[in-house]
Amino acid sequence: MTRDKTSDESAADRRGFMTKLLAVVCGGLATLPPVLAGVWMFLDPLRRRGAAATFLPVTDLASVPDDGIPRQFAVVADRVDAWTGFAAEPIGAVYLRREKGSDTVEALSATCPHAGCFVEMESQERCFRCPCHNSKFTLDGGMVAPSPSPRAMDGLECQVAKNGEIAVKWQNFYTGIAEKVARP
Amino acid sequence: MKPQHQHDQKQMPQRPVGSLGVLGQLADFLDDRTGYRALMHEALYERVPGGARWRYVWGSTLVFAFMTQVITGLVLWSSYSASAQTAWESVYYIQHEMTGGWLLRGIHHVMAQAMVVLLALHLMQVVIDGAYRAPREVNFWLGLVLMMLVLGMALTGYLLPWDQKGYWATRVATNLAGLVPLVGPSLQQIVVGGPDYGHQTVTRFFAIHAGFLPATLVLMLVVHLSLFRKHGLCAKQPITRPDAMFWPDQVLKDAVAMLAVMAVVLGVILMPAVRAMLEGRPIVPGELGAELGAPADPSQPYAAARPEWYFLFLFQFLKVFEGWGASGEFFGAIVVPGLVMTAMFLMPILGRWQLGHRFNVAFTFALLAGIGLLTAMATNEDYAALWADRSSFADVEKLLEETENDKAKIAAHFGNDVAKIAAFEVRAKKLERIRHSQSFLDAVAMAKADASRSIELAGRPERIPSAGMLELIRNDALSQGPKLFAQHCASCHAHVDPAAPEAEAVLAKASAANLHGFGTAAWMRGLLDPKQVAGPAYFGNTAHKEDDMVNFVQNDLTDADTWKPDDIEAVIAAMAAEAGLAAAGTAPAVIEKGRGLVADGDRCGSCHTFRDNGVAAGSAPDITGWGSREWLVGIIVDPTHERFYGDSNDRMPSFGKAGEGSAPILTGRQIGLIADWLRGDWYRPAGH
Ligand code: FES
Repeated sequence: MTRDKTSDESAADRRGFMTKLLAVVCGGLATLPPVLAGVWMFLDPLRRRGAAATFLPVTDLASVPDDGIPRQFAVVADRVDAWTGFAAEPIGAVYLRREKGSDTVEALSATCPHAGCFVEMESQERCFRCPCHNSKFTLDGGMVAPSPSPRAMDGLECQVAKNGEIAVKWQNFYTGIAEKVARP
Repeated sequence: MKPQHQHDQKQMPQRPVGSLGVLGQLADFLDDRTGYRALMHEALYERVPGGARWRYVWGSTLVFAFMTQVITGLVLWSSYSASAQTAWESVYYIQHEMTGGWLLRGIHHVMAQAMVVLLALHLMQVVIDGAYRAPREVNFWLGLVLMMLVLGMALTGYLLPWDQKGYWATRVATNLAGLVPLVGPSLQQIVVGGPDYGHQTVTRFFAIHAGFLPATLVLMLVVHLSLFRKHGLCAKQPITRPDAMFWPDQVLKDAVAMLAVMAVVLGVILMPAVRAMLEGRPIVPGELGAELGAPADPSQPYAAARPEWYFLFLFQFLKVFEGWGASGEFFGAIVVPGLVMTAMFLMPILGRWQLGHRFNVAFTFALLAGIGLLTAMATNEDYAALWADRSSFADVEKLLEETENDKAKIAAHFGNDVAKIAAFEVRAKKLERIRHSQSFLDAVAMAKADASRSIELAGRPERIPSAGMLELIRNDALSQGPKLFAQHCASCHAHVDPAAPEAEAVLAKASAANLHGFGTAAWMRGLLDPKQVAGPAYFGNTAHKEDDMVNFVQNDLTDADTWKPDDIEAVIAAMAAEAGLAAAGTAPAVIEKGRGLVADGDRCGSCHTFRDNGVAAGSAPDITGWGSREWLVGIIVDPTHERFYGDSNDRMPSFGKAGEGSAPILTGRQIGLIADWLRGDWYRPAGH
């Protein structure tokens, strides 16, 4: 059995719809601020940038013998971690290496380009090896295929001052990709 | 209200009157207002078709495991302090100082692992029974989401102690998250809490671990359970036995299963205690339950970095894609796990066909077998050195060393015989695996040593400084000395116990004195031994090999008329006393006599300045306070100073002297640490 709606009834329907709509809108509006404020703050880290890549003094020429064997050095810098400021703290490590008779120093970041473990020197095998997934690298940081790592170890810019002081441009790179891209 | 109430009463079933005590009346009152009896009835008197069965217990044990985690987690929370400077410290306090902390943390840690196992069992049982089929599809999907939530809690929980293990494992995990297409890098930055790991990593992981994930899990669990009640148990077909009630038949089986789970968890925690008891060792509660490594340090390599065992297969999986370049990691960490999860989500749809169901079962078993296999591979790679016989590869090792791993030389060695070379390469590969495994085991041993040193230091009566544990470790001679020595001193100096089996080989490679035990009577006795003074442990490999000192020891000291054995012993005692390292019980008279001999212008004092013997500096090192901290620091700072070797210094860098415009190689603090370590001067807990 069907019958046409009286105008009264359709008015009631409209009111009913408006009520529902209003209820949803009001409720939604009330909940929105905490959710938005929450998301806003939770995404704060996206705004944060690492310290700008600068040259940091690491050691001096005398400590890097010219025998082609890399030596590991801590990179020390002032560091800010959210609310804490650290003065002169070890923030990472580099390998420095010098060829026979050469005054140029090559610097390699100790961070594995595969997934970020700490690459170690294998003096016996005369190579670098990452203890996590066994990526191997030659002493000058080159890939030893086949390797889980998508690229060679990350070289860092390196300056040797007249007085022998070695400074390295400290940078972090994205891991797991073929290109060497510095993190902002 | 009153009329309404009376109306209600009319609806209630008649209860026996008069037999009710106070408790009964209270129960009536509550039931009146809440209707809890009906609720309980609803909850407990569910029909179990075909009767209670053991195979239905997995879901209940999971709920039980989760409740255990909530209880233990909340109490852990009440003592945990989330920040990079306090996380390790507070976990240390929980584990090693609070009463029962080790037990609570142990239960939380082991139950998390039990939960993963129970999840696998629950999933298997659901798939085998086809319990994902209509109308239970949605509930199956919910179950998968719950599984991911549990795994997420396991992953985030691993970081919270902020020890080396958790720190490095999390670095790998978050770097992998960075590989997700498009949003990866942002995702990583949000989770890590910034561009670097630190306070915000800890606070975020904690909020995710103890807030976001469990809250979501509880919501999902409520829906999961109510849907489960709505559809009823998916009974094992065909039903041959009479139905039973959930309470008490199935509840009893569930409870027994929970008890068994708890017993296993406690067993795992207490096993080492039982072993210690049987072996007559003291039981240290702090060493039971969950491990606590050394505090996280981004500048300290951690070669023992591994995820928790149930994630080991994912870790190993990344090695499978060797040589795939960047796509390998993307495949291994994102694509394949994503496909596997998708396949699992599709199970209920596939399962509509009998063949599809069979496929699902086969898939689940294959998956678990694959996981098992990868886990076994990972374990085998790490621990192979424990059971492999390395000595049978001695010839390979020798040849590799002789040829310096040069392919051409190796080929020449085998007369370019291809078959022989191939056979050699296979064995070389095997040897390499054993070596890698050995370095992993060494790394684990080192991690253990670092961990126990950290714990020892944290327990000092002075407590942990406000800057945190790392500060303490970085100022600890025992932790830092060997590292600094290896880096700055070991390219010339040896540091090896002369009695050790490897001593000879180590000394042969050194080009300066062996500093093991420097400052002690034993070291001095070696120096004054005519047979040793020009040997590799002393001046043998230096420019001083033919200097006055060697000459004096070999020619003057051997003259038994001037130097009686007692005299030499007195000198030794006096010098050890200068270092402040004289053996306990050395007679003061002997030391006094020795001092006289050392100062004597016809003996040591003919070259060496000693105390107030008036010898001018420059001819030989001033040995006043020889081997003391001050003296050692002095010579490391600048051996070319006239107080030490002056112009005759042989190759030793002036570590503490700034060059023109450049900073010194080592800071004063580092030099102090080396000196302290050489002198064996570091914190030892009482009773050691
Ligand atoms: S992190 Fe270095 S090999 Fe994977």
